Amino acid sequence: MAHAQTLTEAGETRFHLTEDHHPENGTLLGFWIYLMSDCLIFAVLFACYAVLGRNYAAGPSGADLFDLPIVAVNTALLLFSSITYGFAMLSAQAKKVPATLIWLAITGLFGLGFLSLELYEFHHLIHEGAGPQRSAFLSSFFVLVGTHGLHVTFGIIWLVTLMVQVAKRGLGVEMKRRLMCLSMFWHFLDVIWIGVFSFVYLLGALK
Amino acid sequence: MSPDLVKTIFGRLTWDAIPFHEPILLGTFAMVALGGITVLAALTYFKVWGYLWREWLTSVDHKKIGVMYIILAIIMLLRGFADALMMRAQQAIAFGDAAGYLPPHHYDQVFTAHGVIMIFFVAMPLITGLMNLVVPLQIGARDVAFPFLNNFSFWMTVGGAVTVMLSLFVGEFARTGWLAYPPLSNLAYSPDVGVDYYIWSLQIAGVGTTLSGINLIVTIVKMRAPGMSLMKMPVFTWTSLCSNVLIVASFPILTAVLALLTADRYLHTNFFTNDFGGNPMMYVNLIWIWGHPEVYILVLPAFGVFSEVVSTFCGKRLFGYSSMVYATVVITILSYIVWLHHFFTMGSGASVNSFFGITTMIISIPTGAKIFNWLFTMYRGRIRFEVPMLWTVGFMVTFVIGGMTGVLLAVPPADFVLHNSLFLIAHFHNVIIGGVVFGMFAGIVYWFPKAFGFKLDPFWGKVSFWFWQIGFFFAFMPLYVLGLMGVTRRMSHFEDHSLQIWFVISAFGAVLILIGIIAFVLQMVVGYLKREQLADPTGDPWGGRTLEWSTSSPPPAYNFAFTPVIHEVDAWHDMKQRGYVRPTTGFIPIHMPKNTGAGIILAGISIVVGFAMIWHIWWLAVASFVALVGGAIAHTFNFKRDYYIPAEEVVQVEDARTEALRSLA
Amino acid sequence: MSAASHDAHHAHDDHGHDHDGGAHGSLKDYVIGFVLAVILTAIPFWLVMGHVLPSNQMTAIAVMGLAIIQVLVHMIYFLHMNSRSEGGWTMLALVFTLVVVVITLSGSLWVMHNLDTHMMAPMPHDMREVP
Repeated sequence: MAHAQTLTEAGETRFHLTEDHHPENGTLLGFWIYLMSDCLIFAVLFACYAVLGRNYAAGPSGADLFDLPIVAVNTALLLFSSITYGFAMLSAQAKKVPATLIWLAITGLFGLGFLSLELYEFHHLIHEGAGPQRSAFLSSFFVLVGTHGLHVTFGIIWLVTLMVQVAKRGLGVEMKRRLMCLSMFWHFLDVIWIGVFSFVYLLGALK
Repeated sequence: MSPDLVKTIFGRLTWDAIPFHEPILLGTFAMVALGGITVLAALTYFKVWGYLWREWLTSVDHKKIGVMYIILAIIMLLRGFADALMMRAQQAIAFGDAAGYLPPHHYDQVFTAHGVIMIFFVAMPLITGLMNLVVPLQIGARDVAFPFLNNFSFWMTVGGAVTVMLSLFVGEFARTGWLAYPPLSNLAYSPDVGVDYYIWSLQIAGVGTTLSGINLIVTIVKMRAPGMSLMKMPVFTWTSLCSNVLIVASFPILTAVLALLTADRYLHTNFFTNDFGGNPMMYVNLIWIWGHPEVYILVLPAFGVFSEVVSTFCGKRLFGYSSMVYATVVITILSYIVWLHHFFTMGSGASVNSFFGITTMIISIPTGAKIFNWLFTMYRGRIRFEVPMLWTVGFMVTFVIGGMTGVLLAVPPADFVLHNSLFLIAHFHNVIIGGVVFGMFAGIVYWFPKAFGFKLDPFWGKVSFWFWQIGFFFAFMPLYVLGLMGVTRRMSHFEDHSLQIWFVISAFGAVLILIGIIAFVLQMVVGYLKREQLADPTGDPWGGRTLEWSTSSPPPAYNFAFTPVIHEVDAWHDMKQRGYVRPTTGFIPIHMPKNTGAGIILAGISIVVGFAMIWHIWWLAVASFVALVGGAIAHTFNFKRDYYIPAEEVVQVEDARTEALRSLA
Repeated sequence: MSAASHDAHHAHDDHGHDHDGGAHGSLKDYVIGFVLAVILTAIPFWLVMGHVLPSNQMTAIAVMGLAIIQVLVHMIYFLHMNSRSEGGWTMLALVFTLVVVVITLSGSLWVMHNLDTHMMAPMPHDMREVP
């Protein structure tokens, strides 16, 4: 690229372009960098869980509380939602609006299922006296898992918004870019969940 | 109205929150109200509201946003410095039976507000403003990567500043120091609104800062003019890149830690409490993992300014460009492995303290390399001591002293004596004032003509520099002495009268700095009044070497009629050397982003969310949060965000410039 | 600024950006990734719920190891992570972030452990009993 643009046809050095110049769109890189910053937020929450996660304050521990079958179902729901989002992206690349909308809707439903189950779990824990105020362990558990759940919530709101916009505007460059951003967000949340179910639930249930 | 209903509507906000019994606050409020009403009346009288809204408040132009950041910073500097004067005055008189005029309850808020304002609402906006103004011009771009986000980021920073200022007149501010350590900042010991004001103002501003970081990184990565490889970028752009990388990679940590403190205060969790398994030291640990990169965020752009200023005013290319770049990158990475030096005394033991002491010493090396490079640039150069160069030389002397006291503090056994003494206070003011403040002032004077078309008045610029430089020494050298004698920080009263002389000298220094600040503002006022005389007709008033000096002063909205093509580092110098001729024909329509009110509106709603959360007005918090999310979603439905400047308009602007340049020759 | 030039600009955008809009996946990629993820999820759940391995420590290491592998699977097959996208900048950003994450996690654990040990804070096993 450098050579073609630094010399004119006559071989003189050129110091400016004469044609319209549009720099590459930076949205995907920008969103990826935002995701990296979000990663750091979760890193802090994981660090707190690592440091405070055994401070049970004479209260219940993970082994006492965690219901691994529910966690397994939740993990499955989120994993399925990742693959259905993938199918939505494939449909979007093929510019098939109805198929895209359907796969997005299914993804959203899986997401809602995940959230409902998680809310049920939280409600149950609080009901048993194992709410976030009980101990530092429970504070860090609720905030870490809850922050992930809040992210999923925002993801679903975003997903619905995009469905409306795709339905209205089709699958042009701008809409595909937005779908790619949500795709990155959604898969990233699944990556964080790997950390959550492994480090919080499975390891917590061990001791 | 029943008390329950009142409580539901107003949360914990009552008439008691208004400081009717505090004469100082009432007096301040009267002044602010008077001044505010005068300004508003003048704006109305001169009918400039429309102009302000269209041309500035809704602008997505990086140059205007940069200027607004700097204006915000200067206003907040006045507030933060007022806090400093109050502290110096109190400490100069409060010995033995004399209690001074500031009871501890207020003194503690003053030093907390001073720190918070100076770091978050003076230093950060100064660097962000300068980077915004200059970087797109230096890389040959039309604007930043995300112009709307840029506008939004600015208004969120303003939102944070407004929230802090509100605490002056409605309620109180935190009394915890600028980092609000628990357990003091937790509910048990600070149940009132002060810490909540602290939290929400920082969280609101933090959103702006993080987004701005992402914006500038993508701008520098993606929008450089053709031919400008990374190693051909101006050094200021390099330091901006590294500073913004630090922002994106550290502010999330602050966000998360403050959120955990918020959880402790609002949801009664136990992260940082003393009981139920909490650990307050985890807060200290995490917040300094943010806090140390933060100071490098502040100083790297200042180093960038000095590189540009030194090479321009010595008429030479910067010595050791590559080593400057490597030094900057090394500093960026090393800044993540020194943080424990802020709490050596908290008992982590010898292994931990040694590790961090050694890394802290290592990080001084690349900075030292930079100083040598600047000195070598000056050597055998034709040095012109214009005002920016004065600030730079002042920095070299002042910052080096501060750096050396830093290396001293890096030795854990020494730090055990000096931690939280006035020696520490002197050290960090030494490096922040000598480094960041002097650097930002140099940058403002250097780039002011580019932004406004005329230079600042040099006489008042020099006055400002000398009063700052000498004032700094009088204000802070006594604090080194006091620190070595064992005097602790954040004290509002002392028993030992023999210390008083040092505090009096320091107060004198503060007055000198006050004159320096007034002179700094005066150089702008007088500069404006003498703007014909001080005009910059060519766009290159200093004989600059980088691309921004190839544009007119001020540049047109689109910056460059044609995207420049780069061949060498110091691109503008290269163009001048090789007989570059400015194109005068062939202009084409230019694609530009539209102004928008969405940024200021969303930031305004955020202030309401913060205020409602602070005062526990839950219905308002929920309603405004919903409005915020709804507003943001509505904004995403706006697809008409750009337009083209027609070729005829470009022709007009460029022809005017051609004519102006011709009449000079 | 006219509608025509505006649309022309978008048409130009359409051609120019079809291949730079981030890496795309194929059906094969998503299915492989999904199957791997299912396996890498089922195993750790089985190890823990079935008390399969003799020691807790071995189980913990296995769970963490499998988690790291599954993260890589997601990165490659779902997020299409590669060293070429955006000129290598996404990879650089990821690596830098990982370094900071590792420093934050390991640094915090090291510092806090040392603090707790030296400052005679109640040890974890004590914290179980302390109300």
